[in-house]
Amino acid sequence: MPNPTGWKPKVAREAGEGRGRPEAGALGATRGLVLEEPLVFEQGSPGRSGVSLPEVPPGADPATEIPAELLRAEVEGLPEMDELAVVRHFTRLSQWNWGIDSGFYPLGSCTMKYNPKSSEALARLSGFANAHPLLPASMAQGALELMWRLERALSEIGGFAATTLSPAAGAHGELAGLMMIRAYHVAHGNPRRKVLIPDTAHGTNPASAALNGYSTVELESGSDGRLHPETVARAMDEDVAAIMITNPNTLGIFESHIREIAEVVHARGGLVYGDGANFNALLGVARPGDMGFDVMQYNLHKTFATPHGGGGPGSGPVGVRETLVPFLPLPLVLSEGSGYRLVTDPAERPKSIGKLREFSGNAGMFVRAWALIRELGPEGLRRVAELAVLNANYVRAGLRGHFNLPYETDTLHEVVFDDKAQKEGGATTMDVAKRLIDHGSHPPTVYFPLVVHGALMIEPTETESKETLDQFVEAMRDIAAQAQEDPASLQAAPEKTIRARLDETRAARKPVLRWTPGMKVD
Amino acid sequence: MRYHPHTPEDVRAMLAACGARSVDELFRSIPEALRLRRPLDVPPAADEVSLFAEFRGLAARNQTDHPPFIGAGAYPHHVPPAVDQLVLRGEFFTAYTPYQPEVSQGTLQALFEWQTFVCLLTGLAVSNASMYDGATATAEAVLMATRLTGRNKVVVSAALHPEYRKVIATYLASTGDEVVSVPYGEDGRTDLDALAKAVDSRTAAVVLGYPNFFGVVDALPKAAAIARAAGALTVSVTAEAVSLGLLQSPGALGADVATGTLQSFGNTLNFGGPAPGFFATREANVRQMPGRIAGATADKHGRRGFVLTLSTREQHIRREKATSNICTNSGLTALAATIHLSLLGKSGLSRLARLNYARGRALRLAMQKAGFKTRFSGPTFNEAAFEVGDAEAVVERLAKRGIAAGVALGRWYPKDPRMKGALLSVATEVHTPELIELFAESVRGP
Amino acid sequence: MNFPEDLKYTRDHEWARVKGNRVTVGITDFAQDQLGDVVYLELPDVGDTVKKGEAFGVVESTKAVSDLFAPVSGKVVEVNDPLGDAPETINDDPFEEGWMIVVELANPSDLNDLMDAAAYEKFVEEEQE
Repeated sequence: MPNPTGWKPKVAREAGEGRGRPEAGALGATRGLVLEEPLVFEQGSPGRSGVSLPEVPPGADPATEIPAELLRAEVEGLPEMDELAVVRHFTRLSQWNWGIDSGFYPLGSCTMKYNPKSSEALARLSGFANAHPLLPASMAQGALELMWRLERALSEIGGFAATTLSPAAGAHGELAGLMMIRAYHVAHGNPRRKVLIPDTAHGTNPASAALNGYSTVELESGSDGRLHPETVARAMDEDVAAIMITNPNTLGIFESHIREIAEVVHARGGLVYGDGANFNALLGVARPGDMGFDVMQYNLHKTFATPHGGGGPGSGPVGVRETLVPFLPLPLVLSEGSGYRLVTDPAERPKSIGKLREFSGNAGMFVRAWALIRELGPEGLRRVAELAVLNANYVRAGLRGHFNLPYETDTLHEVVFDDKAQKEGGATTMDVAKRLIDHGSHPPTVYFPLVVHGALMIEPTETESKETLDQFVEAMRDIAAQAQEDPASLQAAPEKTIRARLDETRAARKPVLRWTPGMKVD
Repeated sequence: MRYHPHTPEDVRAMLAACGARSVDELFRSIPEALRLRRPLDVPPAADEVSLFAEFRGLAARNQTDHPPFIGAGAYPHHVPPAVDQLVLRGEFFTAYTPYQPEVSQGTLQALFEWQTFVCLLTGLAVSNASMYDGATATAEAVLMATRLTGRNKVVVSAALHPEYRKVIATYLASTGDEVVSVPYGEDGRTDLDALAKAVDSRTAAVVLGYPNFFGVVDALPKAAAIARAAGALTVSVTAEAVSLGLLQSPGALGADVATGTLQSFGNTLNFGGPAPGFFATREANVRQMPGRIAGATADKHGRRGFVLTLSTREQHIRREKATSNICTNSGLTALAATIHLSLLGKSGLSRLARLNYARGRALRLAMQKAGFKTRFSGPTFNEAAFEVGDAEAVVERLAKRGIAAGVALGRWYPKDPRMKGALLSVATEVHTPELIELFAESVRGP
Repeated sequence: MNFPEDLKYTRDHEWARVKGNRVTVGITDFAQDQLGDVVYLELPDVGDTVKKGEAFGVVESTKAVSDLFAPVSGKVVEVNDPLGDAPETINDDPFEEGWMIVVELANPSDLNDLMDAAAYEKFVEEEQE
């Protein structure tokens, strides 16, 4: 039986002093033993070090071989700390942070799902961790087999003929995808000059297009939040190389006209690029390759739960239809006879767009992603999408009426509210986000997509329990009420964090981007 | 399934709240014709016990019993256990990009420390919060140079890591920019006469390794002077970052941009990725620098804190006018490097660098004793190319004994007949003097 | 929100103060309000040529970046250089101290395409809907 003692964090609900400044937030946030901590460069003492190394053998003086002007004795400014001081430093820093391991992290389109500990342990097996990327193939069959199997699985899951594992992140995958599209058109005699992008697109889409020399044409989504074939048809001509679509889009809405849109673009010789950031909604339920997408990047750090690490590293494999296979970047993994090998020679793949990064990819992430796919199996993968969509719709049902829903259209794994209801009282989306922190949750994505005013984009993911969602909804309802009754009090938020709202204007006007001796910021 | 908490009762209650009769109904916006109505063709689910057995089997088929003698852009080093144990803290590990600074001060302060370390190592004023890897960081530096100078020709040393050169070519493919290669000399350094001839008023950047792909400490000051005289930027590229513990900083020697990877600190080889690329440059170039940047500021109570700043260079604001499309950085690997550098400190880094130099020297002496000369005469750090006869055969022979001997350079430089016999090998603090002796003897054979 | 009567306005939210054949240019109160705290700007040099309707510089806030479009064509004869070190002036005083450049008017007919204060105020209202 859940929660047998009936204990819940105490939230101050009465009007007057303390209202809206909960003792413990609805998700349990309190204050803890959290210490101030200076930079490593501001502590320590000359002569200290925190490592244990072999002796430097005598008679090995670099100055006998390397010219003096190319040498320095020591790197000035480096800290001098013992090991315990370093351990305390980073332990304390970690305590100022919030992770999925800490609590709810409903960032829309980021897919902040649990990062499995077993995936982590497996990636750290010595055979994977200590494998040099340039080992002879005979010495790296484990790594190569894993890559081959992952490639086959991703291609099957996305409905593509083949997948490159090389790109380092989603945006890097977009770059690869657009390069392949360009190479395809060049091979057909004309690179073309334009790329069509809906107004709901993530900023990396137009940036990736521009990096390939394309100008972007923005397409307006309909009042239902969907891209309509007529809009695409009006913009489509023989100078358009591709359309870039996220499906479901950044409103969480499935682009149900995708087949027709793909036909419109294909009919005039264009290609359809899929931004797979929201693939979590479709796992095992529908495949982009079956919808008309010619190329799509996966985000292993989103859909396949490799850790976000405070902003990276990621991994952005790209699946392609048969027609684009010749253009895949190098290297590729092939299964040959009884073993596996990497194709690195352009002579074997003359149409390849070449190399996009050093070595063959973020192999550490391949191990983690493959471990998750192995653990989920076909039913588990499908369950991911089912529960992700159930969780998001449950939150949507719980928050409507309290926050304004700009589109009535069905949503899948994420939902977007606007600030219409809160604006009446003078509260902003930012105020709502910051107060949510005091309750004990990371805020949702805010102010994106741009088509929604003061957007709040919520993606719970499938690894969150009903209880967590109930607490989140309760916190949000509390904030919505506060926005009506006492909006000014929201501006004080966050109040329980180690720092209150930080001056971002000052950071941009007078940038201080590294420590310098005697540095003062006040 | 242990990651999916939903009980049948949970699902029933939640569906009721949604007003849906089944989970399938929640997908009604997907046309039936697009629905996948068969299970995915992937292997059946494995429990954790089977999973470990399966992956141990795969890992065992990578031969890593002995530390590899391969460098060539990824270096085997000892990572102190404190690094992993701190990096694995869930608050670092499972955190997102620090867009909400009040709940991300840990990540942000660590990034500020990373940026400072990069500046101290490279001798340049500003650094970003890390890049995907050394090769893409270098390609982005080249693009920045073309933007800053308005010029469209780039001169690259043939002694720069071949993979980095290929990535530069890929990134520049659609720009129409010209990439000119300058050869290396018998000393393994960039040929300065050829460089002076290649650099002109159309040159945006000169790019060279420091140390370069052959492990040779290249002539950075003279190359930078040639570039400066023509109004071009000098990009110094470092793949073995431990070398910066005893080499003079690129900034002090005239580099305008320093890129490369800090994989040597805090990160194991991981079959080539992920690893933290770095990017540092002069203060004047900061608004053209790609990638995220952490900056110091104060909160409303006047307490110092950190935020991501200068965001208007980036894709989520500038969109098609961004300096780059880069979004994700290499945060966790950068954190690992930051922690390792904090543990090393001033004296520890100096010692590690001198130790690596000593091991590199021991390797050269052992190879000399076994009858193998170095291919190049220039000064090296911990890596060098040796003339071993048939380098491919040596690599294959030692592989059968479970020893990763190095990289046979003939495949990377097919046009240079003298490279066929050249083997590029490294020795670091993880290679004991005994192992080095054994290696040289093994190369000699049988 | 201020809409000084003695100025002319563009659809890109720049203002122009005309004195003889010299035109002083800046961004409007509405523009600075939309941008938020200005952190950086790029202005042309004295002697540069600007073309009506084309970008002559860039203004950045913490959350947005915007091109600055020339209301008239001509040669830049003065630039408010101190503005670079004190970009907040644009927020505090967009119509006076926040002036950006002075252009020597090449075609007086360019002025005919500019809006007066009343028309601009109406334009802003309509944009808000």
